[in-house]
Amino acid sequence: MLRYLSYSIVVVWLLMAILGFVIGESANEVVLSQFLTGPNAQAWLGSDELGRPVLERLVLGAQTSLFVAMGVVFFSAIIGTTIGIYSGYMGGWTDRIITKIIDVFLAFPGLLLAIALAAILGPGIENVVFALVVVGWVGYARLARAQTLSLRHREHILAARSLAVPMPWILWRHILPLILAPLGVEATFGVAGAVISEAGLSFLGLGVQPPDASWGSMIKEGTRYLLVAPHLVLAPGIALMLVVLAVNLIGDQWRDYLDVRSRKSNR
Amino acid sequence: MISYFFRLLGSVLFVSWIVGTLVFFLIHLVPGDPVAVMLGDWASPADETVLREQLGLNLPLWAQYWKFISGVIQFDLGQSLFFQQPVSELIAERFPMTLQLAVMALLVAVLIAFPLGLWAALRAGKWPDHLSMSVSLVGVSIPNFWLGPMLILLFSLWLAWLPVSGAEQPFSWILPAITLGTALAAILARMLRASLLEVLHEDYIRTAQAKGLPGRLVYGKHALMNALLPVVTILGLQLGTLLGGAVITEVVFDWPGLGQLLVESIQRRDYPVVQGCILVISVAYITINGLTELAYAWLDPRIRVAN
Repeated sequence: MLRYLSYSIVVVWLLMAILGFVIGESANEVVLSQFLTGPNAQAWLGSDELGRPVLERLVLGAQTSLFVAMGVVFFSAIIGTTIGIYSGYMGGWTDRIITKIIDVFLAFPGLLLAIALAAILGPGIENVVFALVVVGWVGYARLARAQTLSLRHREHILAARSLAVPMPWILWRHILPLILAPLGVEATFGVAGAVISEAGLSFLGLGVQPPDASWGSMIKEGTRYLLVAPHLVLAPGIALMLVVLAVNLIGDQWRDYLDVRSRKSNR
Repeated sequence: MISYFFRLLGSVLFVSWIVGTLVFFLIHLVPGDPVAVMLGDWASPADETVLREQLGLNLPLWAQYWKFISGVIQFDLGQSLFFQQPVSELIAERFPMTLQLAVMALLVAVLIAFPLGLWAALRAGKWPDHLSMSVSLVGVSIPNFWLGPMLILLFSLWLAWLPVSGAEQPFSWILPAITLGTALAAILARMLRASLLEVLHEDYIRTAQAKGLPGRLVYGKHALMNALLPVVTILGLQLGTLLGGAVITEVVFDWPGLGQLLVESIQRRDYPVVQGCILVISVAYITINGLTELAYAWLDPRIRVAN
């Protein structure tokens, strides 16, 4: 039941993001006569401080969060996994240096680094993605390295090496497929993290800029009218929470599914 | 133990140096001219030259780096462009407030997490377990920049029990502490539950039960004490994370701490302050993590030996 609910929430999120292309500019149309009106027949979720329909802004915000989440997870997973596998497979000095770099990144509060980067690069959605990738690759690298270390002395790797299979091909064909599952779980949680981080940066004014919509900046704008128009904060907040909750639930399910121990004990 | 301490100290200093270097090069090597950004589009070239000299940006990069590092060692973080006041003074004013917020949030988290985690573990697989784990999942998923405004709406605007913002009176500390502490409470509750469940399967728990000890002693003393070790580590590590997370909470509640100073300075393009804030929060984070490791090694001799 909960499983279907969480998948449906994610599907609705995806559909909203696609719908964003259809709605386009009409969500940014200023209708001052509709200033801060509550939910009604024309605007189901009411209107914001410029009379723009909240529902349509929400749809555009879904697009922003999906774009950022996909971009961040895609790039950080590729970069992190490549570095992690390479480091774990090579061992020796290479591994020691890369591990030290990973440790330094882990020793740095992630959100703060993202804030610093976003502040220096200036606002904008690409910069948000960049900042979150710089913070995000470490998790994948650490995981991929640990997994590779446990695989590197397996017989099939030894066989591939004695047949003089080139190193990149060993990593790609003989190691990567075996470590994809845990990386997939990490990526799922990465989506939830990226959605919250994007909204957080936009809340601080470091993310997407007006008139583009982000759930984070909608919450920020809405807090100024909290008493007269609580729907401005409620709508994007609930959307944000539902998406993050659903993605976290899916991640939990996949992790439990992969964890043989917990699968046994649940039976 | 002493050699472990010095190794740890060395590691903390090393990482702090790396972080300082990173922050320096972040500000100096990123494409775009900080002076142009600071002064905006309408500044004259003469103005830009003056500011460049004032900031020492006309010097070669290595000289700037040397000046920065030797300054940091003497607690000199430069001059704020907006306040016309040393950055270190500004930070010294604000840092205690952030630390206070983080410690209060930690307290809130512990107060929520312990009953919740205990309840879930002792009734594992039954409805209290499902309920408290669902609550904690929601807790992890609520972003604090939304939870904060919602708490303000409920307790300050509708019920009018607590002040909206500020930090002058103890009453106004409650909402920020809850806002910052909730996510940590959820993480801790899950950790505590998992850790307790592992311990409860141990033989010595069965022995304690078999010799007829009351449940209060079996769970309170034998189980909880042993389950606490991993939780305490997480607690220490999270205090550092709270310092970073405080940035958003401080903005929500207009809390006069380091995070708010950082965000305001970003908006004012006051780069020396931005640099200083990031450096101080990071070093505090690294130091707290180091202290946690030290405490852990002291509690558990195996760590010391392994290292």
